[in-house]
Amino acid sequence: MKKQNIRNFSIIAHIDHGKSTLADRLLELTETVAKRDMTEQLLDNMDLERERGITIKAHAVKLDYKAQDGETYELNLIDTPGHVDFNYEVSRSLAACEGAVLIIDASQGVEAQTLANTYLALDHDLELVPVINKIDLPAADPDRVANEVEEVIGLPCDEAPRVSAKTGENIGAVLESIVNLVPPPENNDDKPLRALVFDSVYDSYKGVIVYVRVMDGKIKPSDTMRMMATGAEFTVVEVGYMRPNAMEPQKELTSGEVGYITASIKTVSDARVGDTVTTAENPASEALAGYRKVNPMVFCGVYPADGADYENLREALEKLQLNDAALSFEPETSGALGFGFRCGFLGLLHLEIIQERLEREYNLDLVTTIPSVIYKVHLTNGDVIEIDNPSHYPDPAVIDYCEEPTVEAHIYAPPEYIGAIMNLCQDRRGVYVNTTHLASDRVDLHYILPLNEIIYDFFDVLKSRTRGYASFDYEMSDYQRSSIIKLDVLLNGDIIDALSFMIHSEKAYAKARRIAEKLKDNIPRQMFEIPIQMAIGGKVIARETVKAMRKDVLAKCYGGDITRKKKLLEKQKEGKKRMRHFGTVEVPQEAFMAVLKLDDE
Amino acid sequence: MKNIGLYLHIPFCKSKCPYCDFYSFSGKDAQKDEYTRVLKDKILSSISTLQNDSSCKSDTLYIGGGTPSVLGAKNLATLVNACNSGFLTDDAEITVECNPYGLDEDFFKILYDCGVNRLSLGLQSAVDSERRILGRLSDRNQVEKAVNTAQKVGFNNITLDVMLGVPNQTEQSLNETLDFCISLGVPHISAYMLKLEENTHFYKNQHKYSFPDDDLTADLYLQMCEALENQGIMQYEISNFAKKGFESRHNLKYWHCEEYLGLGPSAHSFLDGKRFYFDRDFQAFMNGNSPIDDGFGGDFTEYAMLNLRLVEGLNESKVLERFGHKIPQEMYKKSQIFIDNGYMTKNENSLALTRKGFLMSNTILAEIL
Repeated sequence: MKKQNIRNFSIIAHIDHGKSTLADRLLELTETVAKRDMTEQLLDNMDLERERGITIKAHAVKLDYKAQDGETYELNLIDTPGHVDFNYEVSRSLAACEGAVLIIDASQGVEAQTLANTYLALDHDLELVPVINKIDLPAADPDRVANEVEEVIGLPCDEAPRVSAKTGENIGAVLESIVNLVPPPENNDDKPLRALVFDSVYDSYKGVIVYVRVMDGKIKPSDTMRMMATGAEFTVVEVGYMRPNAMEPQKELTSGEVGYITASIKTVSDARVGDTVTTAENPASEALAGYRKVNPMVFCGVYPADGADYENLREALEKLQLNDAALSFEPETSGALGFGFRCGFLGLLHLEIIQERLEREYNLDLVTTIPSVIYKVHLTNGDVIEIDNPSHYPDPAVIDYCEEPTVEAHIYAPPEYIGAIMNLCQDRRGVYVNTTHLASDRVDLHYILPLNEIIYDFFDVLKSRTRGYASFDYEMSDYQRSSIIKLDVLLNGDIIDALSFMIHSEKAYAKARRIAEKLKDNIPRQMFEIPIQMAIGGKVIARETVKAMRKDVLAKCYGGDITRKKKLLEKQKEGKKRMRHFGTVEVPQEAFMAVLKLDDE
Repeated sequence: MKNIGLYLHIPFCKSKCPYCDFYSFSGKDAQKDEYTRVLKDKILSSISTLQNDSSCKSDTLYIGGGTPSVLGAKNLATLVNACNSGFLTDDAEITVECNPYGLDEDFFKILYDCGVNRLSLGLQSAVDSERRILGRLSDRNQVEKAVNTAQKVGFNNITLDVMLGVPNQTEQSLNETLDFCISLGVPHISAYMLKLEENTHFYKNQHKYSFPDDDLTADLYLQMCEALENQGIMQYEISNFAKKGFESRHNLKYWHCEEYLGLGPSAHSFLDGKRFYFDRDFQAFMNGNSPIDDGFGGDFTEYAMLNLRLVEGLNESKVLERFGHKIPQEMYKKSQIFIDNGYMTKNENSLALTRKGFLMSNTILAEIL
């Protein structure tokens, strides 16, 4: 394939503006997928993604397109994940492209992520191909939206295809725009190999499949590939292109191309996203810019609801880790929950995804504890210990002071939301740095925020307070001295270690009251009264009581239908099994979840 | 020679009450006559099979529904007579459920003359505003008239159904209902706490009503137990109260885990250790479809679950006689916390739930069984 006929692009959009549907149509139109093979939104091939309507991990696919000029083009569509937890993956996917299709909803117009994604694409010098989608909606107003895009983003929209990905109307114009607007890759075949890893997936037959964009040089089977960040070397087994339903082996991949490499690599942590592949035979002198090892930043305990599932949970975590270099775990024991694992995640969404995959794909019932960041605790004897687990928190008497991790956060939003955002950041103990006016209707608020204030729900609250118009990005900053204390939950007088968590002292009282209330609402009434106490050290700072249940009876025996009654009894016993037992107190999983989600309201 | 219970299900009602999920519909008159014919044949063939296989008799007959009284006195008499042809014992308890609406002296007379000796009337509430919410067709005065008429004809064993947890119910309104029952001099009362069953009007429209919460319902229950016992109407089961000697012999068969044969759509049976039932399908029954197998019954768990509905509870010697072993120690062990806290009682020969325990019986049974 001539380099001039290659087009490497991503599709970027605000959530729900139709990214996956458009991708499906492009696949259909280029006959990459026979129509009968189409399931809705083919690119999102994990169940979870399809259900949540978000793309979690990047995928790529090669389409062959015969354009109106009579030439056949090789279009490489690189999909991108759509959440702040995975911003780094997004940036690597974009770095693999020359262009990006920017979808704008014909009724909603420019939204927060439209802008955030546009900036991200422009950071990588991508050529933008605006597409106005959903013109089939009654509320569609493509003229207004086109104006808005020109005004807000400064992107000319006269020629922008107006399409309906849903009905398939005018999709051909999108393909023509990609061919005409996105520049072909440079021909750097003569240079030493440098290929950017933008995704890697574990396959039980082939080992890790490394998805790459070749920037310079060539790679072929039997080459010795070298990962430039880790130095690990492997013998290449196979290279090729990704098709929607199959891999298509090739003799070689050359500069400008997008494809996969397999080399019997055992775990994705040996082929991390962002790393550069070169060859041992003719190594490049310098790696591609932008590699970063992503480290877990949020930790929580993950326990099997049924203790007998401990081994199954370990196996499941091991399997997930093969495919997810950002997931970490090690065994831990809780007085309340028994044997489980302390797991590390990129952020709260990542945590939820892993949890759901464990529950669905591995059929495990789980209880998770409140997430924590890593605190540095300075002891009076001069030692410094790192704590990501409240139950390891030392006796306050031997603590000199604590430090907590902070992030540099940038929040992009229209100026009318500055007040709301400042309130939120203040509430989250943020330190204001500065404001930059990006455009007449766009500001960048720069804050230093404690990481533990943003891991739960910061993004969700931000979106709701700015009606979805704010976008948010952050990077890790340094540790800062802070008044962190441990808050304990006592049920019926016993500390429930799995519910303990670390918090800034100023916020402890309000939070303690809310947790006590939340627990009261979520712990079902039981045979006996249950006192709920929140305590710092031994001092109780909030209390509630779950009153004893009075009535749980089947008044009528359904005539002679004894089986029905028996089934009800079985169901009741089954329900008991799902509860966590603390002495005589039964706590449903939802109560843990309720405490976890405390900041949602 | 054994005595079983016999149950006939009459799947007709004038109209469906908003809380009811029993199998019933408003049939046409011809349908009712036809059903009577088919059911009668079914009774006769069942009896002959039972008597061929063993020298089996029945000492209770219960005609329930639905609303059996809408079948008309003549049809009911036909059914009772079919059962009576040598199959019922001389002292059999024969109960018919009635909706007090529109019943006259002739109706009761016909029943009385064919041997019916117990009537169950659906009162639910004596407060007319509550009766309307419950979809009852008659007012309180009509119930009073029906009871008086039945008593005049000779029925002394009458039971009234009362409901707890009715929308807008209060302690005062419950007292009114109880006073009404007591003033009529009936010897038996069944008092059921309302349970929202799926597929009922109440379930689907629960947000439109203000149901008493569980705490209030529990209070109403305790209040009622006391009020009735003060009148000598003693609790003998979670939801049943009777003057001495007037306990429902038929229902006691269920709770004692004894045998019974049920005929009619949705009717359940327990015979020779097996449970089976007729489908909730009128036409299937009319076509003579066989009952559906419901597995084996009568193991210790089931026996305990049922007997613990009774004030007398689980009896050590009866358990020994039936199962050849005593009440398992494990069960006593699990019961201890409930005994210590007044939910259960234990003496030398029995283990039983208290009133407070009845209210929590699902939780307790799930714990100890």
